[in-house]
Amino acid sequence: MSDSATWTHEGFEMVVGLEVHVELATETKLFSGSPNRFGDDPNTNIDPVSLGLPGALPVLNRQAVELAMRIGLALNCTVQSCTFARKNYFYPDMPKAYQISQYDRPLNIDGHLEIADGIVIGVERAHVEEDTGKSTHIGGSGRIHGSEGSLIDFNRAGVPLVEIVSRPDIRTPEQARQYVNELRAILLEIGASDARMEEGSMRVDANVSVRHPGEEFGTRCEIKNVNSVRSLGRAIDYEARRQVALISDGGVIQQETRHWDEGDGRTHTLRTKEDADDYRYFPDPDLVPLDPGDEWINTVRSQLPMLPAARRIRLAEVTGQSADSEAIATVVERRQDDYVVAVVEIGGGAERVLVHVKEAFSEQGSEPSVPAVDLAALVAMEVGGELTSTQTKTLLGDLVEQGGGDPKAMAAARGFEAMDTSELDGFVDDAIAADPDAWAKFCAGDGKAMGALVGHVMKASRGQADGKAVTAILNSRRG
Amino acid sequence: MSTFQSARSIAASVSTGESSAVDVVSQHLARIEEREEEVHAFNLVLRDEALQSAERIDERIAAGEQVGPLAGVPIALKDNLCTRGIPTTCSSNILDGWRPPYDATVVSRLADAGAVFVGKTNLDEFAMGSSTENSAFGPTRNPLDTSRVPGGSSGGSAAAVAAGFSAMSLGSDTGGSIRQPAALCGVVGVKPTYGAVSRLGLIAFASSLDQIGPFTHDVADAALLLECMAGHDPGDSTSIPQPFPSLSESLDRGVAGLRIGRIVDLPSGADADVVASVDRAFEVLADAGAEIIDVTIPAFTYGLTAYYLIAPAEASSNLARYDGVRFGSRVEAADTNSMYMATRGEGFGPEVKRRIMLGTYALSAGYYDAYYGKALKVRRLMAQDFATAYESVDALVTPASPSVAFPFGSKTSDPLAMYLCDTYTIPSNLIGHPAMSVPFGAGENDLPIGVQVLAPAMGEPTMFAVAAELERSAGGNHV
Amino acid sequence: MCSRPPSTVTGNLKRVSEQIDRGAVERVAKLARLELSDAELDEATTRLAGMMAHFADIDALDLDDVEPMTQPYELVNVLRDDVPLETLDHDEVLAAAPDASGGRFGVPPILGLDL
Repeated sequence: MSDSATWTHEGFEMVVGLEVHVELATETKLFSGSPNRFGDDPNTNIDPVSLGLPGALPVLNRQAVELAMRIGLALNCTVQSCTFARKNYFYPDMPKAYQISQYDRPLNIDGHLEIADGIVIGVERAHVEEDTGKSTHIGGSGRIHGSEGSLIDFNRAGVPLVEIVSRPDIRTPEQARQYVNELRAILLEIGASDARMEEGSMRVDANVSVRHPGEEFGTRCEIKNVNSVRSLGRAIDYEARRQVALISDGGVIQQETRHWDEGDGRTHTLRTKEDADDYRYFPDPDLVPLDPGDEWINTVRSQLPMLPAARRIRLAEVTGQSADSEAIATVVERRQDDYVVAVVEIGGGAERVLVHVKEAFSEQGSEPSVPAVDLAALVAMEVGGELTSTQTKTLLGDLVEQGGGDPKAMAAARGFEAMDTSELDGFVDDAIAADPDAWAKFCAGDGKAMGALVGHVMKASRGQADGKAVTAILNSRRG
Repeated sequence: MSTFQSARSIAASVSTGESSAVDVVSQHLARIEEREEEVHAFNLVLRDEALQSAERIDERIAAGEQVGPLAGVPIALKDNLCTRGIPTTCSSNILDGWRPPYDATVVSRLADAGAVFVGKTNLDEFAMGSSTENSAFGPTRNPLDTSRVPGGSSGGSAAAVAAGFSAMSLGSDTGGSIRQPAALCGVVGVKPTYGAVSRLGLIAFASSLDQIGPFTHDVADAALLLECMAGHDPGDSTSIPQPFPSLSESLDRGVAGLRIGRIVDLPSGADADVVASVDRAFEVLADAGAEIIDVTIPAFTYGLTAYYLIAPAEASSNLARYDGVRFGSRVEAADTNSMYMATRGEGFGPEVKRRIMLGTYALSAGYYDAYYGKALKVRRLMAQDFATAYESVDALVTPASPSVAFPFGSKTSDPLAMYLCDTYTIPSNLIGHPAMSVPFGAGENDLPIGVQVLAPAMGEPTMFAVAAELERSAGGNHV
Repeated sequence: MCSRPPSTVTGNLKRVSEQIDRGAVERVAKLARLELSDAELDEATTRLAGMMAHFADIDALDLDDVEPMTQPYELVNVLRDDVPLETLDHDEVLAAAPDASGGRFGVPPILGLDL
């Protein structure tokens, strides 16, 4: 059976490694000064380098290197001196017919990423390379097969990428999802990429094989075209089951690249090992080696923000919740944990603050529009019994809508003055006097009659009375 | 040897208004008119453009402006240098109709110095050859004997200066493509230190070997032109980030006290008259006060092999961008892959295809170590051997070409015989050192012989001092 | 995409030159996307083998302890600031293309290039 914690199928386990490409959030391309911008008119962000024109020469973007180093350091990699190599292959969206990438000396090596339950996924390397252009297929319902031709836009050609290659340490679809989610959270936190799978600024390929636990690795297949974290889990699950079924039928797995089809929920052969690539890698003679050196590496390291895992632990400590709880995960994922910590520092009520932020701030970014001091004041009123939970929720809604405000004044404006008991007693006296029949029925044990009495109190107090408190007084009077 | 006016005297007389740039350019255009049909130095003569820019220069001088050290000097550009809006072909059908949208850095720098471009010169297709017989547009003839080749690959640029079509010209030198045609045409040709002159806008043959350099009537003009074009360019990652040394003081320095090396284990194969000229060069240098010292460079002999593995390997990748998608010619076909095959099969000439095949093979899976990797190690050996030699000498002297200009067709049937033309010039490219050819003596049919002066990286001042001394002894200096 | 260290045979050039047959040459032509006629393939086979045999002179060298030299003038860390520069004129560039439509470069159906 397969669940989140384990995946076994007819005695087999899956062995998965992920290759994640992320576009770096630079102003310009990796080797030229054209803007790195998504969504512009086709072929407007182009220059001799990104078009691969004769005579053009690449010059490395310092900021791309810095963001790539941030990624490496955030993934606990060793950042090392490195070189750029040409990966030679022909494809219409690859303007020079080679991709400048890193081969035997990548920038970042030997890192790791921790996911839930203390499981550590190794990161083999995280290297820098350039993106390709984009093809649009004409006819053939937009697919490459059966199309009448293709049109190429080179705006994306030369956009800086980091390819993060995990070790084959993933054993369940859930671990794969967790790895990608955690990686995405890190990339956002360090400002290296906007990491949007739907827009293609984060792309995930999976190498999947199966084996009996403890045996050698099986032959792997590479799965491409996985466009969401959810699909990733489905694709891996499908592919591993396919391999198990094939082996169980006496078949042999062919090393091949397979295409995930979201529509039918299957993977399909894209190309087999027979068309094996011969990329003819060699050092790019137009570029010189990159040696970041200790000083630069240490500077980048010292400027790294607190990473999501550390943020969850801190928030758990501040709020007294479990680091694995949904509220902690949600708030850290929204990057609102700094805010929660700030609110708690002002006014306490940590558990309530966490709940309110999780519930009411889903549309807010990492810097909610409600000033921390205002939310702190609101929670203080709630915790101090000045507001009922219903009133608190109402005022929280007002705060979000108005982008802050003084909760005391807002409570007053809504007439949410807290009642003291003597005042409530007076309202109850008036209610009994006004509706003696109801009081008699209530005393005789007719529960429904209480509603009428509470209604009188609410009307007279213009909704300010705490319903629970009124019920308590009525019950105690009845004796 | 040459009877034409030097660029220095042209610039001096144009700058002072003594003569007009229009007159100077017209004289050169008249010579082109007279002999170009016979010589075929140019792929394109820029008659109207040259006259217009000469007019502008005259106007600026009349207005009292300083135009620059090359004011009104007619210069021819090898047709592998990008010129904005002006066809740039590399003498290949595959670039048919292409007009670069940008200027090479050297082109902008020379224009800023007041140069007037009179045309784009013929070359062996993509600079691959030693005779300019590999041009898709027909061979260039040696102006000194039109039954013979001008050398190559910059044969058109050498011929343009030798025929007086331009006062100076630019070539590119990957394995001797400036020095060998300079020797065969009786002009001065310089391959600068790798990285001294920007390669931005030079259409690459082999990126780690290519350098742009001057052809001139004399050594002092070469120094002037090199000073105008050298110096750091942030658009070329391999450009040396320091000021290029001044050469003007070197010209009259003499060679007294200099230690000049004779390579005793130089590969044999030079014709007797060439060997005699080089011997006489050592004599005159010794007479002028230089100390002649025997050195050994054991790796010299392996240069040819290393070069013919490295250069084609880089070329196979550099020339992959000619795929019929973004610019240049295309042969239509039913699918993209067939279009690639047909476009490249038809667009490239035989020698280019031969080298792409060789280079692709040398880089292909399984052979990298045996071919390319080994060649890179030989290159290191070569650098070490030269470094050792330069511990005891300041410069080296060798033949530039094993023979004087040879008749058309005499080497075309055997590529290896053609490759041997580069024996003495190749090592400087492999290790990035400067080298130049100076006319010194004559051989068969009174055809010129070039003596090559070599110096360590950024050793141009010493190299020019030796070259100037040889020129004085040969009686070739201009007024 | 995952990169592995180069898998290479440590052969010598002479031996390799003996392995160059027409099939190997055809594969190389395909890899280089060069349509060659039968005559060109024959010529290339002879030439390639001949050149490799000639280049076998370096087989005798002991290169085990020699570092490969990829750059003739060794520089390091050449970087540019992340500042946008002028882009090319869209119309000028598209006008130079053999086939363009709707502001994009056109190619025939992408077949035989599975990626």
